[in-house]
Amino acid sequence: MREREPSSAGEALTVTNPWQRLCEFTDARIGLGRVGGSLPTSAQLAFQLDHARARDAVHMALDTERLMPELDRRFPLALRLHSRAIDRDEYLRRPDLGRRLSEEAEQELAAITPEPCDVSICVVDGLSARAIHEQAIPFLDAALPEIERLGLSLGPVALVEQGRVAIGDPIGQALKARMSIVLIGERPGLSSPDSLGLYFTWAPRSGRRDSERNCISNIRPRGLDYAGAARLLAYLMREAQALGASGVALKDDSEVDSRLGDGRQGNFLIPSA
Amino acid sequence: MSEHVIDVDGRRYRFDGLGTLLAAATPHRSGDALAGIAAASAEERAVAQMALAELPLATFLEEPLIPYEEDEVTRLILDRHDRAAFAPVASLSVGEFRNWLLSEHADGESLKRLAPGLTPEMVAAVSKLMRVQDLVLVGRKCEVITRFRNTIGLPGRLSTRLQPNHPTDDASGIAASILDGLLYASGDAVIGINPATDNTSTVVTLLKMLDEVISRYEIPTQSCVLTHVTTAIEAIERGAPTDLVFQSIAGTEAANRGFGIDLALLREGREAALSLNRGPLGNNVMYFETGQGSALSANAHHGLDQQTLEARAYAVAREFEPLLVNTVVGFIGPEYLFDGKQIIRAGLEDHFCGKLLGVPMGCDVCYTNHAEADQDDMDMLLTLLGAAGCHYIMGIPGSDDIMLNYQTTSFHDALYLRQVLGLRPAPEFEQWLESSGIYRHGQGIAFGHELPSRFQHVLGSRGSAGLPS
Repeated sequence: MREREPSSAGEALTVTNPWQRLCEFTDARIGLGRVGGSLPTSAQLAFQLDHARARDAVHMALDTERLMPELDRRFPLALRLHSRAIDRDEYLRRPDLGRRLSEEAEQELAAITPEPCDVSICVVDGLSARAIHEQAIPFLDAALPEIERLGLSLGPVALVEQGRVAIGDPIGQALKARMSIVLIGERPGLSSPDSLGLYFTWAPRSGRRDSERNCISNIRPRGLDYAGAARLLAYLMREAQALGASGVALKDDSEVDSRLGDGRQGNFLIPSA
Repeated sequence: MSEHVIDVDGRRYRFDGLGTLLAAATPHRSGDALAGIAAASAEERAVAQMALAELPLATFLEEPLIPYEEDEVTRLILDRHDRAAFAPVASLSVGEFRNWLLSEHADGESLKRLAPGLTPEMVAAVSKLMRVQDLVLVGRKCEVITRFRNTIGLPGRLSTRLQPNHPTDDASGIAASILDGLLYASGDAVIGINPATDNTSTVVTLLKMLDEVISRYEIPTQSCVLTHVTTAIEAIERGAPTDLVFQSIAGTEAANRGFGIDLALLREGREAALSLNRGPLGNNVMYFETGQGSALSANAHHGLDQQTLEARAYAVAREFEPLLVNTVVGFIGPEYLFDGKQIIRAGLEDHFCGKLLGVPMGCDVCYTNHAEADQDDMDMLLTLLGAAGCHYIMGIPGSDDIMLNYQTTSFHDALYLRQVLGLRPAPEFEQWLESSGIYRHGQGIAFGHELPSRFQHVLGSRGSAGLPS
């Protein structure tokens, strides 16, 4: 496509924002400028392109061929399972099916007679297979040493297609796990089609409520980094063992590594005196 | 269980129970289909609406959809019902009630007096007989005004929640979005952060930061960190400067249990906020979010349609005299509201039902990337809500929430709506915008390339402010 020189008349209509350089601090779409009170053409078109990419991420298929060998290398046993939702369209309309295992998967789980374990991990496509492709393995490489340091035993790992968060419950239950970790692709954002979510559940079994889980969100290089997320997970696992529960009963009181300061010194709007 | 029978053109239709009738009469949406309670055909839906129109409004007082003994939300609805306030419409059927609402009998004053006499089931029922224009017209008649550090909901006003979310709660990242919003004339409903974690220390830190910004720049608005009510109570105990206590709520006891709350806990949260006595203009200290589909998603819907359950959430809200309530209409996902058409209607239903019950309604005009919706759909809902007198919308840089991963309305969207419909910000905030040289009614943004003097220092001495060069 041929680039056209912007005309000076067109340029003059757009009021730019001098605070645009604060973009250094955030991926949020600040300082977009305005024409009258409205969005300039360039910002409008950039938005449309990002929306198109996020839509595409929702419909991308999980690359199980590439992921299975990676999981095999890191776990005593890796299972490839499928939810009861047949394809993406059914998955989007029927979340109930995404929470249940396919009959085939149920049979496969019933066939193995596992030793009780402390932790079962499920890697689930959710709404962004791309998040799993890019974040799941590096996060596991940060988290598995933490789990080992806590002296906890690992059960088999499950890679699940067309799954929702709660599918970790029947899997953890079948694997006789004391706690379950679900790594799942979060719904893609415009600026983050690659964001990984982690859901931690004490004593997984079918029928657990969302309030009985703890969530660590936005795990990706430009969000919460792998090491930070792994430390937070270790904290949750320690506290859940002491408490015998997860979810709202387990308050996150960890003094997480934070750039926040005490809130009275941290940023340019409130410079310290 | 009562059976509802109606004969149309020589054919007899039966609906076994009030809940079944309400579900069948509901305009089509994916959530009711998911629950297996939607009308089996378009004809059945239209006939159900006819049967519902004949039903006396008072039926809803005699026949609770969820038994009184089983559900504290039902108990709240019936125990709080005001028979005297109900009197003007007590003899009407649902269909006649629609006519009454559209007639000159219904105005701001009469609707305010009526609100304590209405139950969520009555307003949900009548909404099912209404077109979009009816929902807009009646919604606009309702007046609900709330106060904390400013006044929200006055006629001809449109406020915004400035939502400066950041995926790691980074202070400078949040501050950048706050500055962007303020300079685009946004933030009078609340400056409200969804934190990335429920960590109490983080919540306390964010509350201190917002308090510092609001007091340093003398902004007539309030702050909120949208965390679980139990975390908010803990933060207050730790001395955090808390304006509003937030909670997501739903329309059944079981769904609320799924959120880890009950009415007693909400009462405790409200009392904790009231104990700080921070609102100079008023004591509306609660902020609630709701959304169609939340009860079904918690498997706590009792076979009822999602729109009726949503209206029941507003009965929960009004018990606690909130400053702000908004439906997050397109957030919950396509399994409940599949596309732009369903989201638009639901947003208007929610606004209508909340306002009729006396709840200060705003709307998160939004969609996720797995829904069949786009910016054009949001523009339609936004414009219609402006016409309906919606109290507030969200304001976020460029419509993109980089923490919650969905699209909501932008600062620019609010400017558009104010320009097209002649709407103004909350009066106290409008005065602050004018005196700060940021925005003037009728003119729009009042500065060009030069920052208003109040904010010039933030980009000025980059050494001391730690700005990137």
